[in-house]
Amino acid sequence: MSVATFLLAADLLEPFRYAFVRNGMIVAVLAGGLCGLLGVYVILKSMSYIGHGLSHAIFGGAALGAVAGINYFVAAGAWGLASALAIGRVTRRRIIGADAAIGVITTASFALGIALKNRLPQSGKSTDALLFGSILGVSPTDVLVVVGACVLVATAVFLRYRALLFTTFDPEVAQASGVSTWQAETLLMVLLAAAILACMNVLGVTLIAATLVIPAVVARMLTSSFSTMLLLSTLIGAVAGGVGMYVSYFADVSSGATIVLVGTAAFLVTYAATGRRHRRRPGPVEPAPLVLVDDRPRPAAP
Amino acid sequence: MSGRNGQAGARPGHVPLVELERATFAYGRTPVVVDVELALEPTDFVGIVGPSGSGKTTLLKAILGSVAAVCGSITRAPGLRIGYVPQVASVSWSFPVTVEQVVLMARQGRLLPWASAAERRDVAGLLDRLGIEDLARRHIRDLSGGQQQRVFLARALLNGPDLLLLDEPTSGVDFRTRHEILHLLAGLHQEGTAVVLTTHDLNGMAAHLPDLICLNRTILARGRPGDVLTPPILERTFGAPMDVLDHMGVPLVVDPGARRTTAPRGGSA
Repeated sequence: MSVATFLLAADLLEPFRYAFVRNGMIVAVLAGGLCGLLGVYVILKSMSYIGHGLSHAIFGGAALGAVAGINYFVAAGAWGLASALAIGRVTRRRIIGADAAIGVITTASFALGIALKNRLPQSGKSTDALLFGSILGVSPTDVLVVVGACVLVATAVFLRYRALLFTTFDPEVAQASGVSTWQAETLLMVLLAAAILACMNVLGVTLIAATLVIPAVVARMLTSSFSTMLLLSTLIGAVAGGVGMYVSYFADVSSGATIVLVGTAAFLVTYAATGRRHRRRPGPVEPAPLVLVDDRPRPAAP
Repeated sequence: MSGRNGQAGARPGHVPLVELERATFAYGRTPVVVDVELALEPTDFVGIVGPSGSGKTTLLKAILGSVAAVCGSITRAPGLRIGYVPQVASVSWSFPVTVEQVVLMARQGRLLPWASAAERRDVAGLLDRLGIEDLARRHIRDLSGGQQQRVFLARALLNGPDLLLLDEPTSGVDFRTRHEILHLLAGLHQEGTAVVLTTHDLNGMAAHLPDLICLNRTILARGRPGDVLTPPILERTFGAPMDVLDHMGVPLVVDPGARRTTAPRGGSA
């Protein structure tokens, strides 16, 4: 190895000498993969707005917890879970204005969080870190929480794979076939709340929705198989998380922003590369015209 | 096969597959199908006809069990297995699933995500039987209308149903495919599966079925095409006068208004 290469390698690997950077990298890779995995369900169920709202609701819970002197994960977790179940309930009723109701519940919670943070600037984690994500905000406890969230989500998705797929694809027929779609949908909301809670420090409230959506969208452009899409989206999310965190260190930019920008770059490259192929795909079948006069030769009636 | 006239529980001690008694079904507070008396037998091959909004799909979903009765009762034979083929238009075709992934959805018993050897064999056997075995790894959108219909038929058949429900199985397919689907269903019926389908296609589909239900918010008539495809019943069902011609023993329904617009298709009767 030449001296130049050695120096270059030492320089590029320099950030990893610090424990907080290593923690940040581990969390970014895991958080990216976690959001990538759940993002598949989020985009296929058109839940990206729910993910966006949920992270904002959790922010309010975190601020309330800081004021009341309750542990961040306990306070934000309880608040997030309650919001997730409330949102799930509102969306399942399929009444007009479900999206508006979600907007009200979650942005009100977010506004409450901002108000509390403004009045009590010293309490809890820094507002900037919660809003946009920060490598500095990652403690060893955060690493453990993200690992825990990954184990929980991966296990649940693995064991409930069939029910989640059927429910996501065709809830009505799934239910008629004996699948508990209520259970599957609630499970998804709980997993989403857990993932957002665990990843918020690195990804940030305002940017977490993008990390849920982008890897899944890129994966969707690359495959038409559901199981492949799950694996690809997880992988893309993890790589975007790691690369984004690394860039964040050098560029001195919020980690949430760099992770989203790396993902966006992957999206643009994939879109340009696969765009033509997708545009050529046949569309849905056209309904045949209703024919009332029909003089074809007929088979004998069965 | 005999025509039935919609009377439930005709024979004492005999249990139909599904029996609806004075059943009403609603979405929210709006009743869609009211006061239905219907018995479905293992030997049935029935088409439900009626205009748009007459409740055809609702009645099918009521039999399936995904719409509950707000009054009256619905009874299913114990252990009844129902296969359901949704309307092509209701499927999300951009969803990333392959043909075999869709068919495998019918199997929910196994914890592991991937198919067991037996499941793979069952799926392959069914695709082979339906003539789409070489499409197993294709995305569902990259198929013709008839192939798409067969994919969902395969999913419905995977667990060996006693009763097969199909919502508009011939909408959006060409003449030849319609013909093939009709024959496929007739074959399944002969092997002992009861078949109930909805259709808006009176001449291409309904007239060739052994048994019809005329529906417009309630069952107006049930019987053989020759008995129910008559001007008075059709007018009550569709709310418009229609003529019926006899075409080699098969009733041919002619809408006097629409006939002029379709006249260039070629002379008939």
